[in-house]
Amino acid sequence: MEGDVVQMGAYIGAGLACTGMGGAAVGVGHVVGNFLSGALRNPSAAGGQTATMFIGIAFSEALGIFSFLVALLLMFAV
Amino acid sequence: MASEGDSKELVFHPMDQFIVKPLFGDGPVGFFTVTNVTLWMVLSILCIVALLVLGTNGKKTVPSRTQSIAELAYGFIRKMVEDVAGKDALPYFPYIMTLFMFIVFSNFLGLIPGAFTTTSHIAVTAVMAMAVFLAVTILGFAKNGLGFLGVFWISSAPLPLRPILALIEVISYFVRPVSHSIRLAGNMMAGHAVIKVFAAFAPMVLISTGIGLLVTPLSIIAITAIYALEVLVSFIQAYVFTILTCVYLKDALHPHH
Repeated sequence: MEGDVVQMGAYIGAGLACTGMGGAAVGVGHVVGNFLSGALRNPSAAGGQTATMFIGIAFSEALGIFSFLVALLLMFAV
Repeated sequence: MASEGDSKELVFHPMDQFIVKPLFGDGPVGFFTVTNVTLWMVLSILCIVALLVLGTNGKKTVPSRTQSIAELAYGFIRKMVEDVAGKDALPYFPYIMTLFMFIVFSNFLGLIPGAFTTTSHIAVTAVMAMAVFLAVTILGFAKNGLGFLGVFWISSAPLPLRPILALIEVISYFVRPVSHSIRLAGNMMAGHAVIKVFAAFAPMVLISTGIGLLVTPLSIIAITAIYALEVLVSFIQAYVFTILTCVYLKDALHPHH
């Protein structure tokens, strides 16, 4: 019985960890949206900054991936 | 849903596609066992070799299709290394090119229905990310000596903030291989699992005709759309992996902010 409660808690926690995806979505959207609004003001400078945009996306996405990692750990390692 | 019990053969787990199986026989998977991972890794290496060897075989001024793809890939990565990591990073260009080609071919081969995506396993991507992390750290200390520690000491920040920032920088430095590897594996795994989830909905018309007539076309359209997204994600994740390698390399070569 006790093991069942632990497993239930782990599954609920894994589900809750998925809310981190929302934060990553907001972050990535913010990066790309600001890049686009800047790029439309000065399109000639935009081409050289796409790499910077992807680096920014990658860094903000990393924190969403940590929530995925927490969910995985709760599902398979606890 | 209503008749899940009587059609067990249509129900499969979306993560089943990531199981590592031996190619020959059913024995346990050991260190030297030839598995489906081995097969698809060898296939992607063969594809890379075929592209680059055939592409540069009969060099012409007006390139053939294979030659122009090989030249495009080479020029793309070379420009990325030069722009992001600087001119003095060009000696490390072959390694970055190798990483990019391997990841992009593994991702694209994994998109073939029934194929195995080698990069969806954290074990595979962790090896690549740890190799980058160790190489960059060793290179930083070899090139700059103890001056490499300047990467943690942000001299443009106000003095009282610097120790706190140094602590944050140290933590984020050691988290790099984790996020570097799990980003690629997680994206690949999640995309393929989502396709498989919709694939499980697709044969619903066979089970319960009422709701299935609506669900089956919707899920087939969803599979098509997600597949197209996955083609994009496959390329972008390979690009992100290599560009982050370039960023880390830049930190190692020029540690002072």
